[in-house]
Amino acid sequence: MSATNTLSSSRARFLRRKAIERINVALLFLCTGITIFFLVTILGYVLFHGAAEVNWEFLTALPVPAGETGGGIANALVGSLLVVACAALMAVPIGVGAAVFVNEFPSTGLGRFVRFLAEVLTGVPSIVVGLFAYALVVRPFGSFSGFSGSVAYAFIMIPIILISAHEAFRLVPDSLREASLALGIAKWRTILRVVLPVASRGLITGLVLAVSRALGEAAPMLFTAFGNPYWSANLGKPIATVPLLIYTYATGPYEDWHRKAWAASFVLLVVVLITSVLTRAFLRGNSHE
Amino acid sequence: MNNESYALEENHDSEKSSAGMSEPGMQNRAPKPAPEEIRLAVHGLSVYYGKLKAVKNVSLAINSRKVTAIIGPSGCGKSTFIRCLNRMHEVTPGARVEGKVLLDGQDVYGPGTDPVEVRRKIGMVFQKPNPFPTMSIRDNVIAGFRLNGSRDRRLLEEKVEKSLRMAALWEEVKDQLHHPGTSLSGGQQQRLCIARALAVEPEVLLMDEPCSALDPIATAKIEELIHELKETVTIVVVTHNMQQAARVSDFTAFFYMGELVEFGITTKIFTNPDQQQTEDYITGRFG
Repeated sequence: MSATNTLSSSRARFLRRKAIERINVALLFLCTGITIFFLVTILGYVLFHGAAEVNWEFLTALPVPAGETGGGIANALVGSLLVVACAALMAVPIGVGAAVFVNEFPSTGLGRFVRFLAEVLTGVPSIVVGLFAYALVVRPFGSFSGFSGSVAYAFIMIPIILISAHEAFRLVPDSLREASLALGIAKWRTILRVVLPVASRGLITGLVLAVSRALGEAAPMLFTAFGNPYWSANLGKPIATVPLLIYTYATGPYEDWHRKAWAASFVLLVVVLITSVLTRAFLRGNSHE
Repeated sequence: MNNESYALEENHDSEKSSAGMSEPGMQNRAPKPAPEEIRLAVHGLSVYYGKLKAVKNVSLAINSRKVTAIIGPSGCGKSTFIRCLNRMHEVTPGARVEGKVLLDGQDVYGPGTDPVEVRRKIGMVFQKPNPFPTMSIRDNVIAGFRLNGSRDRRLLEEKVEKSLRMAALWEEVKDQLHHPGTSLSGGQQQRLCIARALAVEPEVLLMDEPCSALDPIATAKIEELIHELKETVTIVVVTHNMQQAARVSDFTAFFYMGELVEFGITTKIFTNPDQQQTEDYITGRFG
């Protein structure tokens, strides 16, 4: 009698556990589903609204005055590339240099502090970075400029590059540093000629990450690059960038602008996607070396 | 002090002396042997990692163009000891050295001595083969020159072949010099590392358990190589393997708990050691 009792109660417990298990799995599934849903929706939405508008003219023509049809975002595309490239030129040496300091000179507590600061910096809202660049560059020079935009982007990129470069340096085995030092090669040459090449894959990945992030940021451009409806490749003057153009068009009153904002978003997404795919392909191609 | 002069005396009859440079500092201490036979003289060397004393007041003399083996159980300080001979311990944070290391009479730790210079004269081969993964076999061999900015093409090409021949690797790799150094087998990689160390023409070659990551055949090749290399280079080899020490070395130093227990001619250490501890270790009673 009691035997069947325990048996049935253990069976009840088993069923209960199984039910809880199912609910938990279902919850996890739901979370994953929601994440994917948003990602797919964003991509799908941008594709749906933007792809149709993108054509050769859109990529190669200048914007036309409001009300006219046609025109494109060529100036913003070139502007974005210029501003980001200039930012990368500033951010890469600084970020990588700081990462070298953090990783290769660990005896100072300063290194760990710098790494901590970099982590904090990645969390600084980009609009704040924009304001900072405004105060630092735009005010003293008295005008909005592509360069000030580059400075703002550089601020965003430096901590990303620093952190990924630091991780890349950490993965370089100490035995290689020792091999080089034991050959009578000075420490700075060891870092330059042994550590950097071995870490290069990680460094490139970090750079792409930082570039992708910067390419999409509109907020830091508001008070720096400012935007420009005309053709300009002068970093000393206000310059158009794609995210800024998207912001302007999306918040503008015209239906045509809204469509162009979608199209520009689509182009931006594709550029970022192509960059990371190409990088991956390149790194994979190099991996068997 | 004791260990040192004792070793020098034993060494005397086995060494052909070559006339030349003399070290005044050494002559007083060891009157009998010709001082130019000594390449490295270690006086009262102690090494600390923070508060831990890893090597305790070790003195010994390493003879020119001989193989000196350093044996002892794990953690006895033998690796630490040889890393101090070319100042590689400085790479380890918190490591500190007391005492003197004289290379041809010149203090390795002297105030005017650059560790980079020391390491060019005292090369090192590590436990695990560590060729530079981004470089070809050829570039690995001449890394010591290329990374220091040398561009003399002809000299470099000569170095590649000469060093690889010295490391008994030339025949195996001469048709694939542009392949990555890491494409070789473990034993070949280790010989590549030896070639790389030899290319800069060091006076002394330190080997820190060079065979511990290798199979017996590769080990045999390295040991054979050590035999050939001692014609031109002074070799200090740390090994876990007592048979290896007996096979390859002329002199053997037995370390235990950071102290040099005994140092002398290898055949004597292995057949008739003075210290009970040495005998216990080599007969396998502990360690």
